[in-house]
Amino acid sequence: MREARLGPEEMAEKKREKTCSTCFEVPIGPVHPALKEGIRFTFWVEGEKIKKVDIRPGFMHRGIEFMGTKRNLVQLIYLAERICGICSVSHPLALVQAVEEAAGIEVPPRAQYIRVIIGELERIHSHLLWAGVAAHELGFDTLLHYVWKIREPVLDLLEDITGNRIDYAIPIYGGVRRDIPPEKYPKLKDALRYYRSLVEDLLNFFLRDPSIEARTRNIGILTREEADALCAVGPTARASGLRKDVRQDWPYFTYPDLQVRALTPEDMGLGVRGDVYDRIMVRLLEVSQSIQIIERCLEEMPDGEITSVPKVAALLAQLKKAEGEGIGRHEAPRGEVFHYIRLEADKEAPVVWKVKAPTYSNLMSWFPMFKDQEIADIPIVAASIDPCICCMDRVHIVRGEREEVVWKEELLRLSWEKTKRVASRVTRHAPWGRKG
Amino acid sequence: MIFKALLQQLLTKPVTNRFPAKYMPRSVVKFLGKVEKGEAKLTPPVPVTEGFRGRIAYDREKCIGCQLCIRVCPARVIEFKPEEKKIRMYVARCTYCAQCVDICPVGALSRSQDFLLADYDRFSPNLIVE
Repeated sequence: MREARLGPEEMAEKKREKTCSTCFEVPIGPVHPALKEGIRFTFWVEGEKIKKVDIRPGFMHRGIEFMGTKRNLVQLIYLAERICGICSVSHPLALVQAVEEAAGIEVPPRAQYIRVIIGELERIHSHLLWAGVAAHELGFDTLLHYVWKIREPVLDLLEDITGNRIDYAIPIYGGVRRDIPPEKYPKLKDALRYYRSLVEDLLNFFLRDPSIEARTRNIGILTREEADALCAVGPTARASGLRKDVRQDWPYFTYPDLQVRALTPEDMGLGVRGDVYDRIMVRLLEVSQSIQIIERCLEEMPDGEITSVPKVAALLAQLKKAEGEGIGRHEAPRGEVFHYIRLEADKEAPVVWKVKAPTYSNLMSWFPMFKDQEIADIPIVAASIDPCICCMDRVHIVRGEREEVVWKEELLRLSWEKTKRVASRVTRHAPWGRKG
Repeated sequence: MIFKALLQQLLTKPVTNRFPAKYMPRSVVKFLGKVEKGEAKLTPPVPVTEGFRGRIAYDREKCIGCQLCIRVCPARVIEFKPEEKKIRMYVARCTYCAQCVDICPVGALSRSQDFLLADYDRFSPNLIVE
C-alpha cells in the first residue's frame, strides 16, 4: 500500500507531473471578491485559456450534522432550515420526509399541498435571485437590479403566508405549522398573475439580448454524457438535456398528481448545447413551470387538517418512541436534496443524520465546464451551477499545521473508523431489530 | 428590449421606504431624542404582515413553569428560573421560529409584531423578556 501522506516536496513534484510545463498557476480564493463563499480554485492557464482546474472546498464547514445529533427532532427542523438561506424550505422538507418515513407518520393531503406551494414559491425566488447574480457576473447590473426588484413580491407573499421572508418555519413532522386560509388565495393568485406577465419579459431580456448571448453561448459547456457521468442534478443536468428531476422520477407529496415534467432547452424548441445560455433558459422556464404548479395546487387543494399530530408535545413523545431509518428527497431549486436519518427508541436526538446538498453533486461538473474557457469567463461559469458552498461542505481537515491531502486508502480507513464509532452508538440494527 | 422596461422604470415612484428619516441621521439615538421632543419627524417602517413572527411576548401570570418551551427551543433562548417557576428569554439568540408559541399548553407565549431589536448590548432590557 502506498504511503498515505506525502511531504510538501513530493506533493509539489506530483503537481508538476500532472500539469503542463508552459502553464501558469492562478489561484483564486478561498476569500475573493468574485466568490460569494469560501472555495479555492486553482487554474492552470496557457495565455488566456484555462487548461486545467482544481478545486479545494472545505473552508465553510460548520459541523452541522454533528450539531444535529445533539438536538431533539423538533429543534432539528430549524437547524436544517439554516443549512441554506436560499433553499430554506428544501432542507426541512427533505428532513421531515426522512423522519416521517422512519417514524411512520402520515401527512394529511392539505398539508402536502401547502408544502408543495411553499416549495415552488421558493423555487421562483431562488431562480430570480440566481438570474440577478448571473446578470451581475456578466457586468449587466441594470438587469440585476431589475430582476431583484421583481423578486420582492414573492418574498412579501412568503412573509404574508409564513411570517418571514426567509426561514419560513413551516414544515413540521406530520404536516405544516400554518394553514393558507382561503382569504389569502386572491393575493397569491394576483402575485402569480404578476409573475406570469413578467416571465415573457424576462425571457426577452435574457435570451434575446445580443450581449448576453455573446457572453454565454458556447461558454462552459457540459455535454449530456458528462452530466450523466458526473451525476449532475437539478437545472445543471437539465440544461445539458438530461430529463432528471426528483419531482418527475420519484414523486413525493402531491407531485404524482401534478405530473411535473423535467424541463430542458428542447421545451423552448431549441437544440441542447449544455452551455451557460441553456442554464439561464432552463431556470427561467422553471419559474413559469412553478407558477403553473402553484395555480393547480390552489385549484385542487382539499379542505381538512393541516397536521396529523396537532399537539407538539405529543409529537415529541411519539418521535421519542420511534425507531428506524428514513430517507427524504426533495427537488430544491438547485437540484436534489437528500437527507438520511436514523432514529432510536428512547433517544430524542437522531443517531445519524446525513445531508447531501445539491451543490455537492454539481461541483464536479465544473471540471469539464472550465476546460478551454477564458479567464474572464470564470465568474459566470462558476456561478452557472448556482453553487452553495456553505450547504455542501461536510469535511475539513484541521489536524496539524500544514494542509494535507487525504488519499483513497486514508479516506477508507477514516470511513471504517467512523463505522466502528457509529456502530457503538447504534444499539439495535435496522431493519431486523425494528419493533412491531 | 430592456430599454422600454427601464424607461418605464424612470416614471415609477421609488419603492424604498426612507426609514427612519429621508436622510440617514448621523446618530440615530440623537435623532430619536429629537423625535420625542417633536423637533423631527419619523418616517414609520413598512408595516409587517398580520402573521409576522416578531419578538416573543410573554404573559408571566399565565405561565405554569412546565418547561416545554425550553425543550423545543432550537436556539436555547429560554432559561428556567426554578425558584419562581418562570422563564427568562434572551432575545438576542432568538431565531423567531415561534415553536415555543405552538407548544405552550396555556398560551402564555405569543408572537408580537416587534422587530426593531438592534442593540449594542445583548443583555439590554429591550432584549430580555421575563
